[in-house]
Amino acid sequence: MSDYRVSHLAALEAEAIYIFREVAATCQRPVLLFSGGKDSLVMLHLAQKAFAPAPIPFPVMHVDTGQNFDEVIAFRDERVAATGVQLLVASVQDAIDRGLVTEPPDGTRNRIQTPVLLEAAEKYQFDALFGGARRDEEKARAKERVFSFRDDFGQWDPKNQRPELWNLYNGRVHPGEQIRVFPLSNWTELDVWRYIGDQGVELPPVYFAAEREVVDRGGMLFAVNRFIRPKDGEPVFTEKIRYRTVGDATLTAGVRSDATTVDQIIAEIAATRITERGATRGDDKTSEAAMEDRKREGYF
Amino acid sequence: MTQAPTFATEAPAEATELLRFATAGSVDDGKSTLIGRLLYDTKTLFEDQWNAVEAVSAGRGDEYTDLALLTDGLRSEREQGITIDVAYRYFATPERKFIIADTPGHIQYTRNMVTGASTADLALILVDARKGLVEQSRRHAFLCSLLRVPHMVLCVNKMDLVGYDEEIFKRIEKEFCSFTTKLEVPDLTVVPISALKGDNVVSRSENMPWYQGPSLLHHLEKVHIASDRNLVDVRFPVQQVIRPHSNDNHDYRGYAGQIASGVMKPGDDVMVLPSGFTSKIASIETADGPLQEAFPPLSVTVRLEDELDVSRGDMLCRPANQPRVTQDVEAMVCWMDEQRPLRLRGKYAIKHTTADARAIVKDVQYQLDVNTLHRDEAVEELKLNQIGRVTLRTTKPLLCDDYRRNRSTGGFIIIDESDNRTVGAGIIV
Repeated sequence: MSDYRVSHLAALEAEAIYIFREVAATCQRPVLLFSGGKDSLVMLHLAQKAFAPAPIPFPVMHVDTGQNFDEVIAFRDERVAATGVQLLVASVQDAIDRGLVTEPPDGTRNRIQTPVLLEAAEKYQFDALFGGARRDEEKARAKERVFSFRDDFGQWDPKNQRPELWNLYNGRVHPGEQIRVFPLSNWTELDVWRYIGDQGVELPPVYFAAEREVVDRGGMLFAVNRFIRPKDGEPVFTEKIRYRTVGDATLTAGVRSDATTVDQIIAEIAATRITERGATRGDDKTSEAAMEDRKREGYF
Repeated sequence: MTQAPTFATEAPAEATELLRFATAGSVDDGKSTLIGRLLYDTKTLFEDQWNAVEAVSAGRGDEYTDLALLTDGLRSEREQGITIDVAYRYFATPERKFIIADTPGHIQYTRNMVTGASTADLALILVDARKGLVEQSRRHAFLCSLLRVPHMVLCVNKMDLVGYDEEIFKRIEKEFCSFTTKLEVPDLTVVPISALKGDNVVSRSENMPWYQGPSLLHHLEKVHIASDRNLVDVRFPVQQVIRPHSNDNHDYRGYAGQIASGVMKPGDDVMVLPSGFTSKIASIETADGPLQEAFPPLSVTVRLEDELDVSRGDMLCRPANQPRVTQDVEAMVCWMDEQRPLRLRGKYAIKHTTADARAIVKDVQYQLDVNTLHRDEAVEELKLNQIGRVTLRTTKPLLCDDYRRNRSTGGFIIIDESDNRTVGAGIIV
C-alpha cells in the first residue's frame, strides 16, 4: 500500500463503513433490515467492521413473509447468534391474521410487506433503516439517494429528493419520518460477490449450485419446495441450479449453474448477460415502473 | 446500434481502481447514446435491459433503439423524454471500475450538475460538432471548475455528421481551450467522437486518422487520478468515539472516521481541534488489524497515547499544519431550494465534515451569472440554481480549508431547519 493506491473494493468498503458510522452517530434509533440474503449478510459484516471492537450499536429486523427458504431462515438465526445482535421479526403472516393486510389472490406477499415494515418502524420508532439495495439493481433505484428521505407515510418522492453532495449526508428527520440508508448504493452484483470472496463472508447453501427438483414457469426455474408445488400435469425435472437473489420463496427462481464456490459464482456472474432481478424475480416484471411504484408506497 | 450486441464472456481482473465521472448534457447532444455506447461496448449492458429498451423503442416507432431509455429511470422522465435527476451507472473494464453520475444539462438542473460534480474525479462535457460550443457547454465547464473536478474531457460528438472534418474539430477545440484558460481547469483532453457509430469511444477510429490522441475509454482507464487526493494536509474529522464497554476492552477508546486528507502513521504528533491539545497516534486500527499508515479514502479508528476529551465534529491534524478555525466563512453558494430563496440575515443549519453548526447570512456579495460569469452585486438573495458569493457567521468555529486546497474540508451543505431539507451547497473560498 506504499504507493497509496486503494482498490475499488477497499474504496467501496470505506464508503460503506463511513455511512454506517454517520447513521449511528447522528440518528436516534437505527435498524438494519436483515433477511439472511447475501446483501444483508454483507451489510451485517460491514456493520461489524464499522464499530469493532464494540458490538453493532443497533438491532436487525427481518420483515418475514413467512414464505422464506428454510435454509435461509436457519442461516439468519445462526448469524444473529454468532454476532450477538438483537433480531426483531415483523411477521407478514401475523399481519394477515390481524387483518392489517390482505393476502393477494396469487399468494405472493412481496407487496404486502410494506405496511408490515411501516408498522414495525412506527412501533419501534426507527428513524433510520439500513437496506442492502444497490443502484445497479433497477433503474428507479439508480436515482435514489444513499440517505433516502421518507415522509410520515414512508413514501419516497423521487421528484423531491434531498441533494446529496460530497460525503455530507443529511439524516435529519422530524418524529414519524425516516431515512432509508443504502450503504451498498455504489456496489454492483459483481462487487458484492468479490467482497464475499475477499472477506470470506459465509452464505446460506441456496446460493451454491446443487441438483434441485424444479418446474419451468415462463422460462424461469422454480425449485419445488413447500411453497412451490407442481400444478396438475406440470412436469417436474432435476436441474443443477443456484439462486442469485433470495427473496420470497414463492417468486424467486434459480438459474442453471455448476458453481459450488464463490470463485466459480464470480466467474459465472462476470459472464452472465442477464441482470440479477431480471433473471430471477417475478415481482419486477409487472411493469416498466414496478419498482418505482412500490418504493413510492414505502417499499424497501 | 440497431443490431443486438453479441455478448462476450471475459471478466474484469481483480484489484481495479475506482474512477467517478460526471456527465452533463441535454436531450440531443448524444450523452445518453454515449453512455449507452460505453455500457454496450464494455459489455455491461445486460440482455434483458437491452431487450426491454428495444421493445419500448420499437413500440414508439423510434428509428434507432433509444439508449436514453436505459438511463431515464423514472416514470415522469420517460413520459417527458427528459432526464430530471442524477442517475448513477456502473461499468468496469480490466483496468478500472467506473461510477457515472449522469446529470441533466439544462440550466434548471444546475443543482443536479453541482451534485454530480461534487464527487467526480473527472467531468465529461459533450458538444455537437455541427453546433460547436453553446451556452450550456460553457456553463458545464464553469461548474466543473467551481467544484474543482480535477480532470476534464471535452467530447466533440457527431463527427460522422460533419464528414469527420479535422478543421471543424480544431476550431471547437481551440475555442474551448481559450474559454477554459479563464477558468481553473488543471487537466483537459479533447476527443473527437461519434457516440452513435462508436468512433474513438472504445477504440481509435479509422475515420479520423488525423487524430493521434487516445480513445475516450482508453483515456478514462489511464488518466492519472492517484495524485488528485491531498496527501499532504492531515485532516481526520472524528465521526464517533468507539468505546466497547466490555471486559476485554474496558479501557478502549478509539476515534472512528474517514481520512479526509494526508497520510497518518503511528507515532505521529497530532493536535485535536478545536481544543488544541496534542498527543501522538498510538495506533491506527481496522477490523482487519492495525495499519502502518493510513490515507484517503480509508475508514479507520485512531487511538491516541493520551486520554483526551475528543468527540464527534472534532478534527485531528498535525501541530504544524492546521486548518483554519473560524466563525466567519466566505463561500460560493449554489442554492438548491425551489420553495424559498437564500436570504440576507437568514438562519440555517450547516453540515461541514462531521460537524454541525448554525449560521446566519451576513452578506450576499454578488450573484454570478453562470453563463456569462457576470457579477450582479445588487442582489440580496439567491434563488434556485443561482450561485453567489456569501458571507456567513457560524455559531461555532468551523475547522476548514479553502475548497481549492481541500475538497473534503472546504465544502459544506446548508439545511433548512424548519423541514430539514438540504437547500444549498457551499464552497469555502
